[in-house]
Amino acid sequence: MTLRPNAILEVDALERRFDVSAPWLNRLIERKPRKTLRAVDGVDFTIQRGQTLALVGESGCGKSTIAKLVTGLHAPSGGSIRFHGDRDRLQMIFQDPFASLNPRWRVARIIAEPLRTLRPDTPEAEVSTRVDELLRTVGLAPADGLKFPHEFSGGQRQRISIARALAGEPEFLVCDEPTSALDVSVQAQVLNLMKRLQKEMDLTYLFISHDLSVVRHMADVIAVMYLGRIVEIQPTADLFANPLHPYTRLLLDTIPDLEAPRRDRSPMGGEVPSPVSPPSGCSFHPRCPLAFERCKAERPQRSAKVHNRRVACFAAEEGRTDVQ
Amino acid sequence: MSDVVLDVQNLRVEFPTRKGVLTAVDDISLQIRRGEILGMVGESGAGKSMTGMSILGLLEPPGRIAAGTIHLSGDRIDNLDDRAMQAVRGRRIGAIFQDPLTSLNPLFRVGDQLVETIRLHTDLDKSAARERAKELMREVGIPAVEERIDSYPHQFSGGMRQRIVIALALCAEPELIVADEPTTALDVSIQAQITALLKRLCRERGTAVMLVTHDMGVIAETADRVAVMYAGRLAEIGAVEDVVRRPQHPYTVGLMGSIPSLRKDVEELQMIPGSMPRLNAIPPGCAFNPRCAHAGPRCRAEVPRIESGETAGAACWLAQAGTTLNPGEAA
Repeated sequence: MTLRPNAILEVDALERRFDVSAPWLNRLIERKPRKTLRAVDGVDFTIQRGQTLALVGESGCGKSTIAKLVTGLHAPSGGSIRFHGDRDRLQMIFQDPFASLNPRWRVARIIAEPLRTLRPDTPEAEVSTRVDELLRTVGLAPADGLKFPHEFSGGQRQRISIARALAGEPEFLVCDEPTSALDVSVQAQVLNLMKRLQKEMDLTYLFISHDLSVVRHMADVIAVMYLGRIVEIQPTADLFANPLHPYTRLLLDTIPDLEAPRRDRSPMGGEVPSPVSPPSGCSFHPRCPLAFERCKAERPQRSAKVHNRRVACFAAEEGRTDVQ
Repeated sequence: MSDVVLDVQNLRVEFPTRKGVLTAVDDISLQIRRGEILGMVGESGAGKSMTGMSILGLLEPPGRIAAGTIHLSGDRIDNLDDRAMQAVRGRRIGAIFQDPLTSLNPLFRVGDQLVETIRLHTDLDKSAARERAKELMREVGIPAVEERIDSYPHQFSGGMRQRIVIALALCAEPELIVADEPTTALDVSIQAQITALLKRLCRERGTAVMLVTHDMGVIAETADRVAVMYAGRLAEIGAVEDVVRRPQHPYTVGLMGSIPSLRKDVEELQMIPGSMPRLNAIPPGCAFNPRCAHAGPRCRAEVPRIESGETAGAACWLAQAGTTLNPGEAA
């Protein structure tokens, strides 16, 4: 991968395997081999400073594992992650605002924690000024710092998570489904806040979501994942106007569209296979309407370029668009 | 009116607590006809699930129906005792819940669970019931039925499990199905398969369906009519196209605007300031008035209602006076 001057994060051939074998004694008695789950299986992408890259895909496709790899909560099994920034200025916002805040701590202490950890010599007066400021930034009142997390609604708690993430003056935020636990009207408030903060503080987001309409609103570039691999990566407008991978097309076809509901749709069959034993070749081939012999035998590489966009699909590469 | 399957009139559900009585469902009236899917939307705590649960007779004590009536094809069901309600539930009303894993018993094969339910509600013998179970599994689209009938719930994927739950709900050919967030736990591609299945069954069998969900997209593609709930009350009800394209209630207008679009580019999403009031702090008058940009003195004093006979309408003084709240919205 070529180093781009403005890249803040470069992920190259990233892999993460999990050992999901039965216990040793069971394996011995039942003569079962070890089993490995390839949660992330050769992923590469680059994020430009100040941009938002979104990872989308269905549950189990490895998007949250990537979030944990990038933040260092998991160690990679292979490949590399290069972060061209200050490691201390990388923060994460989690999905569940009920589980990610310590219920025994007051909000002010929760928000001050990154400050006290990263810059322990900050004077107390400065810490509390900063906490008040952060509370105001995310649309809460300084008096809210004295309350406990249970006194807040889901949307307000997610604002607290954002304030905590901002406390360390981050340049890069990893957001793992930050709004999927929230109601739509509250989601709009949080998304607007995140967009505003990005502009004001020149933040870079790695934004993980299963919701294509949210991703379309937030991201500059979208990477679509299927079974641990990125099958397609394109700028947002291009991905929606001209999806190249059959799986992307399946996703776009199946999301209910409020503005043009398709009440007579015939949904695509099939399900996501188990990542423990993925299909041979292209892992999407059993569900793919365009699959041919080569897809069953060979694994398509995403280096294949179609009109300067990157897609891992033999059909797209060879220009096949008709159902065989 | 003979094809009205479910008729709810002025339903009120209360929860007595130490700090006073909370009203979770406040004066709701709605009907569902044969073969019709009514969507119930609203944010968490709006009372949509609670409405479904009171129809099923599954309110958790101390919750209770404090006022109103529920009729199923002309028979009153809200005042039945537990035993009588048990005979209605399953036989005349089927239920589908969010998490298919908790709706199935993990210790029994799915075939046995189907056979047990079929025999409970019909007088088929064991082998006939097993044949019927296979038929139902085929109908809900489970492949290789002969082998799968003796599998345990954990051997199925989430989407397949939800199909089994739907098959269970269909066992006794109920007149009404209450489906509470049936696709929320599933991925989008599977979600579309399940809603298509629900729609087909509803059309073919003439079953009335109450589809409770927070997902407006699912409603737009599945339901015939939609009821929007806010703070325990009905904010708006009407045909799906009307409510989605020309919402009347300011809350519905805000709700529609806050959903990120798949077609239009907007820099900022429309927001409804604040959040839904807690049940112990519902303001006087219209429950939405503190968040409403159009609220006037009447909104702060009197509770707006949708007349109980109406099939479409908004509980809003301004909409009822004919004020257009969102000119140019109808695209």
